[in-house]
Amino acid sequence: MAFIDYYKTLDISKPASEKEIKTAYRKLARKYHPDLNPDNKEAEKKFKEINEANEVLSDPENRKKYDKYGENWKQGEEHERAQQAQRSQYRQSNQQGYSNSGDDYSDFFESMFGGSSRGGRSPQFKGQDYNAELRLGLRDVYTSQKQVLTVNGKKIRITIPAGVENGQVIKIKGMGAEGRNGGPKGDLYITFVLNNDTQFKRVGDNLYGNVDLDLYTAMLGGEILVDTFDSKVKLSITPETKNDTKVKLKGKGFPVYKNEGTFGDLIITYQLKTPSGLNEQEKALFEELQNIRKDA
Amino acid sequence: MHNREFTSAQTLCSSYNIELSFLDALHTMRLIEIKIIEHHRVVYHDQISELERIIRLYKELNLNLEGIDVVLNLLEKEQQLRNEVVTLQNRLRLYESD
Repeated sequence: MAFIDYYKTLDISKPASEKEIKTAYRKLARKYHPDLNPDNKEAEKKFKEINEANEVLSDPENRKKYDKYGENWKQGEEHERAQQAQRSQYRQSNQQGYSNSGDDYSDFFESMFGGSSRGGRSPQFKGQDYNAELRLGLRDVYTSQKQVLTVNGKKIRITIPAGVENGQVIKIKGMGAEGRNGGPKGDLYITFVLNNDTQFKRVGDNLYGNVDLDLYTAMLGGEILVDTFDSKVKLSITPETKNDTKVKLKGKGFPVYKNEGTFGDLIITYQLKTPSGLNEQEKALFEELQNIRKDA
Repeated sequence: MHNREFTSAQTLCSSYNIELSFLDALHTMRLIEIKIIEHHRVVYHDQISELERIIRLYKELNLNLEGIDVVLNLLEKEQQLRNEVVTLQNRLRLYESD
């Protein structure tokens, strides 16, 4: 358990006045407040540190005690233990229901002051937010689905809406840690990590895919069967289709997030495949074609 | 259409220890929407998490309502930018995997 320099935490000098402490605390709180830094664990940690420092230094009695023992707080620990026991008894009999201080204070603070030093006067703070990662295949998020997750030993039933993006974060309110001093519970943030094991590339709600087209169908036109994400469609090929021609299949892309029944587009790119291993007859016919083009 | 659940402004004021005038001011600044249902001022439940956030910013950081409005707008912009970064990262991945 290491000594914590609360003056350093608040970036003030030891003889700082109450007003200076308050100003320093306010300034840092505005910078690191969890509401201003969503999903930022570093800021949350820092916010807890400055709160702890403020709780000690803004209370004349606590500050006196802290200044008295300072870095040699361990020597005074024995003496304080008896007082702590008294305080703890007082808390149990006067503040029923207050049960969450463990996570919010350092061991140093707990040892010296035995939890929240101000009891009911402490401000209410939102509980810690939890973060979780959910790995799914692209096909898994093509349709909405229900899943049961276990977060910190608690089972949470969630519905994953179709069309979730890779890297997208969804917030589940009130599924984080308990709040402090009766403050609201934290939230659960789930980050989706999607593995695309399909032949399609996804950009937003649109899907992109390549389709091989043989030379003869490309030149003369015809019909081909193309895979979409969940079925097959028949496409008419217009004669003299060029390589890299793109066709947009409206509404055959990925579901639009939280917009049930709406889909993006599927963009197909034709990749012309030239024949190989020509036999003599084919060669002759190609030469004939070549000559016709030369003469034209 | 879903029925939106609501709570009376009076109840919210006593639960969160705020004045009715504070709620009215939030409504005037369009930070929270207050509706009149059967002659009672009510707040829809889907607005309560935002109300809680505003109360925290007001009480814990001593921000005035104009400041809170600016903060909320900036946070919204930040969220939009984060979403844009995710979209761009996904798009970049398409080219990097080629």
